[in-house]
Amino acid sequence: MSEISNKEIVTMAGTDIIIHDEKDNVGVVVIEKITPKQDCDCWIMENDKSVKIQSMDEIPLGHKIAMTDLDEGDTILKYGHDIGKVVKSIKKGEHVHVHNVKTKKW
Amino acid sequence: MFMFIMLKQRNGNMEIPKTFLGYKREDGRTGTRNHVIILPVDDISNACAEAVANNIKGTIALPHSYGRLQFGADLELHFRTMIGTGRNPNVAAVIVIGIEPKWTKRIVDAIATTGKPVEGFSIEGVGDIDTIAKVSKKAQEFSIWASEKQREERPISDLWISVKCGESDTTSGLASNPTVGNLMDKLEPLGVHLCFGETSELTGAETVCEKRGKTPEAQEKFRKTWNSYNDFILKEATDDLSESQPTAGNIAGGLTTIEEKAFGNFQKIGGCQFIDVLEPAEEPTKGPGLYFMDTSSAAAECVTLQAAGGFNLHLFPTGQGNIIGNPIEPVVKLTANPLTAKSMSEHIDVDVSKILSREMNLDEAGDELIKATIRVANGRLTCAEALGHKEFVMTKLYRSA
Repeated sequence: MSEISNKEIVTMAGTDIIIHDEKDNVGVVVIEKITPKQDCDCWIMENDKSVKIQSMDEIPLGHKIAMTDLDEGDTILKYGHDIGKVVKSIKKGEHVHVHNVKTKKW
Repeated sequence: MFMFIMLKQRNGNMEIPKTFLGYKREDGRTGTRNHVIILPVDDISNACAEAVANNIKGTIALPHSYGRLQFGADLELHFRTMIGTGRNPNVAAVIVIGIEPKWTKRIVDAIATTGKPVEGFSIEGVGDIDTIAKVSKKAQEFSIWASEKQREERPISDLWISVKCGESDTTSGLASNPTVGNLMDKLEPLGVHLCFGETSELTGAETVCEKRGKTPEAQEKFRKTWNSYNDFILKEATDDLSESQPTAGNIAGGLTTIEEKAFGNFQKIGGCQFIDVLEPAEEPTKGPGLYFMDTSSAAAECVTLQAAGGFNLHLFPTGQGNIIGNPIEPVVKLTANPLTAKSMSEHIDVDVSKILSREMNLDEAGDELIKATIRVANGRLTCAEALGHKEFVMTKLYRSA
């Protein structure tokens, strides 16, 4: 059942990063990895807009990139919602993960 | 955000089949499978149940670790899980074996109201060997009887679909969970029963989820259920749970916090509203629609409870590659992670990774999942079934007396 029909598929040239919601300040890498100084194409699902960003770090598939500069104490927004707080300042284009973001719960 | 996605989702032009081929049961429900199960009431009856299942082909034993000296709500949950498993329409006939007759009979009597063949045996005063001989005779009779059952055309509304995700990563929230949500949006209007759970993994999204309750009562019930689970976690936690939630697999896959995991998890219900909140393993009684069941977020515990609630087909999106199955409820696995789809292909029934490269949209992915669901409901083995995954795990609320 894993075969997927190829008909009517229009390949959208190179989306490197997907952003759920226009309000989000992080995006998700959807290619195997992005490398430092790579110019990446981002697609915002909510409004079907495209934006560009240059990465600062190597970031693997599924991991997040900061779309703006973020200070300690700032809130990370994904899906348009609060998903945690910044515990170490993050520059636009840097890797966002457990080393610089923590839960506000528990 | 939801409006936009919903509009896109409803543009699908695939005609959804109105029927599937299932086993009609005595109580009017429909099974997607035709199992004869040997159900031990307690841990010490496992050996006997497994010996019978070994003797008699076409039967399966469901060994587990509990059933002695439990009390209160924990004992009630044990009974509800045992009884619900036997009542599930994927089960044609049941043999219950316990160490003593009283609890055995309680389970047998509650299964018997479905009208399906069920018989109980107890081991005390008889011993394993004579019990195995006696039970094997009855099991052989049930197995041969069940083997003559034929699949027949049944309405799609006889599907009761449960969902739970596992070893999630960010691709789950981006694509595989929304694919399940797309299926829910399309099947809910057709009168299908649907169920999601994972109380703790809604943490961070709990207020957004609460608002999806269709009535003030459903919302209130959800709030109480989530608060009570969260209080329990806060009481028992010795650290910030960073060793457990998110899991090491979640973190490797890019998920950073429980809130992020929760919003990804929540994508599975699409734009649906839930009509009621169920106790663990409770059978829904308010008719077709979406239910929330209070469950742990551990895969095998959750699916075991949902199967005991009467659900006859399970959809399981995974990111990093959870491999779970269930002995009575077929588990259809999907992933949007292209690396998992490739490296663990024998576990993946539906590959929706092309959503990430935007070669496939959510609506197409939802249609693919509906097709796969119907094929499995009709009898196609899932990857987990073919690999022999039969995780049957009781939820234990606290220590026994």
